[in-house]
Amino acid sequence: MRKRFPTHIVVFLLPAAAIYTLFMIYPLFTSLWLSLNNAVNNGPEHFVGLANYLRLFQAPEFSGPLWNALWNNLKFFLIHMAVQNPVGLLLAVLLSRQLAGTAFYRTVIFTPTVLSVVIVGFAWRLILNPQWGLHTTLLGLPSTSLITVALISVWQNVGIPMMLFTAALIRIPNEYFEAARMDGASPWRVFWSIQLPLIFPTLGIVSVLTFVGNFNAFDIIFATQGALGGPNFSTDILGTFFYRTFMGYQLQLGDPYMGSTIAGVMLLIILAGVIAYLVGWQRRIQDLQY
Amino acid sequence: MKRTLLTAALTAGFLATAQVQAQKGTLTIESWRNDDLKTWNNILIPAFEKLHPDIKVTFSPSAPTDYNALLQTKLKGGSAGDIIACRPFDNSLELYKAKYLASLNDLAGLKNFSTVAKTAWSTDDGKTTFCVPTAAVIHGFLYNKGIFAELGLSVPKTEAQFLDTLKKIKANGKYAPLVIGTKDQWESATMGFQNIGPTLWGAEKGRIGLIAGTAQYNKGGFLAAFQALARWQPYLVGGYQALAYPDSQNYFGQGRGAIYPAGSWDIATFRGMNPKLELGAFQPYTFPGKKCTISDHPDIGFGLNAASPNKEAARVFLDWLATDQFAQLYANELPGFFPLANVNYTLKDPVAQQFVSWRKDCDKTFRSSYQILSRNSNPNNENDLWNASAQVLSGSMTPQQAGDFVQKNLASWYAPQKGK
Repeated sequence: MRKRFPTHIVVFLLPAAAIYTLFMIYPLFTSLWLSLNNAVNNGPEHFVGLANYLRLFQAPEFSGPLWNALWNNLKFFLIHMAVQNPVGLLLAVLLSRQLAGTAFYRTVIFTPTVLSVVIVGFAWRLILNPQWGLHTTLLGLPSTSLITVALISVWQNVGIPMMLFTAALIRIPNEYFEAARMDGASPWRVFWSIQLPLIFPTLGIVSVLTFVGNFNAFDIIFATQGALGGPNFSTDILGTFFYRTFMGYQLQLGDPYMGSTIAGVMLLIILAGVIAYLVGWQRRIQDLQY
Repeated sequence: MKRTLLTAALTAGFLATAQVQAQKGTLTIESWRNDDLKTWNNILIPAFEKLHPDIKVTFSPSAPTDYNALLQTKLKGGSAGDIIACRPFDNSLELYKAKYLASLNDLAGLKNFSTVAKTAWSTDDGKTTFCVPTAAVIHGFLYNKGIFAELGLSVPKTEAQFLDTLKKIKANGKYAPLVIGTKDQWESATMGFQNIGPTLWGAEKGRIGLIAGTAQYNKGGFLAAFQALARWQPYLVGGYQALAYPDSQNYFGQGRGAIYPAGSWDIATFRGMNPKLELGAFQPYTFPGKKCTISDHPDIGFGLNAASPNKEAARVFLDWLATDQFAQLYANELPGFFPLANVNYTLKDPVAQQFVSWRKDCDKTFRSSYQILSRNSNPNNENDLWNASAQVLSGSMTPQQAGDFVQKNLASWYAPQKGK
């Protein structure tokens, strides 16, 4: 007997698919289409192919800031990978033991994630302000500003990896720990040999989420340093570079065509990273069975 | 059932039209002057609404550095207010060319303005004006009279005296000599470079020379301006790299600093922040062999959103901006903004009077980057000056490097400067 086409699946998927297409897919394609066009001096818009991309990579007034933004963004990402995820993992492991106050600590550590990034940026600007708070110029010196803003972002977002790792650690059956305890394993050994291998998939997911989140980042820099990514573009990342180019800044007028070109480049970078993750990591990790 | 449905529909219909009419009657003003919110809400708008009770006005400002980008977005999306605060010269000219601003040639009040006043808000040929010139600002230095009296200092007139004064304040150690931060970057250019620079580049001669291609940012008066700015470096308030504009305003307002490089609009801020502060002012210091020059910059105008649904009401409001009554209120409630209209007004604030008095003795010009030179989106002359001035002040760029950087970027797109 032939199976009837499962129309009920289509019906249930349609609302979500429609909204996703309207608000995510359609703007994505119109933005990419915009990057393939240009209009000179309020003239008519005309198709120019990949000319904008060539200009972005070759013209010095664009390629300089682009490589600077890319490099800063990479540093931003590496700081998150080096600090946010290991600290999140450590906190998750520590809080996976039934200590007193676990729920309290989890809530307190997760709260900054829930705060608006404008509040976080403003509060840290006051704390790191020579006039109001600690007498530091960390946010004002090109050598320290990027690390400082990255650490502020880590502080705000450490709750997310912590929660994801906690969820993964909870899944590990207790028998493994009992067996390890009977064999005389130290807590460190338990972590390295039992907990870490069994949460590898989560490690991968957290890493790729960090990657996507960092290369899309904009709001924390905007809230602490402004859209210019000061001082002297030391905190300028792809998001702020895009914002200035697309929307304009002060007397600089917005250029939607070069702006969407930058957005297209951001999309390519993130896509490359995610595909590398999918091909290089995801497919190699066996689905863990307990 | 049918009756209740019909009634409900009719009521909804009435409410809807009532709502639309309420929106139609309210004028929204877009501006970057978020510091002026209280003044508009408490004094200026009530004064207007008393004369025109059928027109309601809301003042809806954005942060200064975000204003232009936000305005562009709102205009493109059709959600901008009816009255738009216009930046002088190219910025508003571009908005007019993009048909976001309406021509105001038929506005009766415009005859109260001289051609010079209208230049900042007219097309290059001078035929169409698209914003009502509202106020100019003058640059200079504000100082704390109490601190000067305590340390036995007199008002400096030359650069040598200025640096000597700073040295004495720094040696005393109790107060910060020069209160200016570099984090927001624009103060370094606007209250630094464009404040003491005009004396060095010969006022209009220098500025027009840039436009014509006979003067360069890395030579002559402009280079000297960067060099003079670099001499401020040892006397800046501690932690200046991380001080934003509101922070330095607060610092000086609390009486912890002696001298504050200012635009005249800061007078209003300090009067509101700390009425007990003994505020004094002195004009930009002179250099050997140079006549004093002040930056008398047409700063703000108000224009009409071409897509506004309240055009008639908006024109009534814009006409009011050209009257004696408005000039008197504006000049006194926001001391430091000097109305551009040919109307009579008296200034009550003594410091504001001092600023205006400099117009008599000194040459006048306005900021070098605003007319024609910022027409390019990227690189943008004004943004470059911010970057360069902030780096010169913080010592991470030498004056020659700063001049070369700004000149190189300008020459990359501006034909008269190509190859210079």
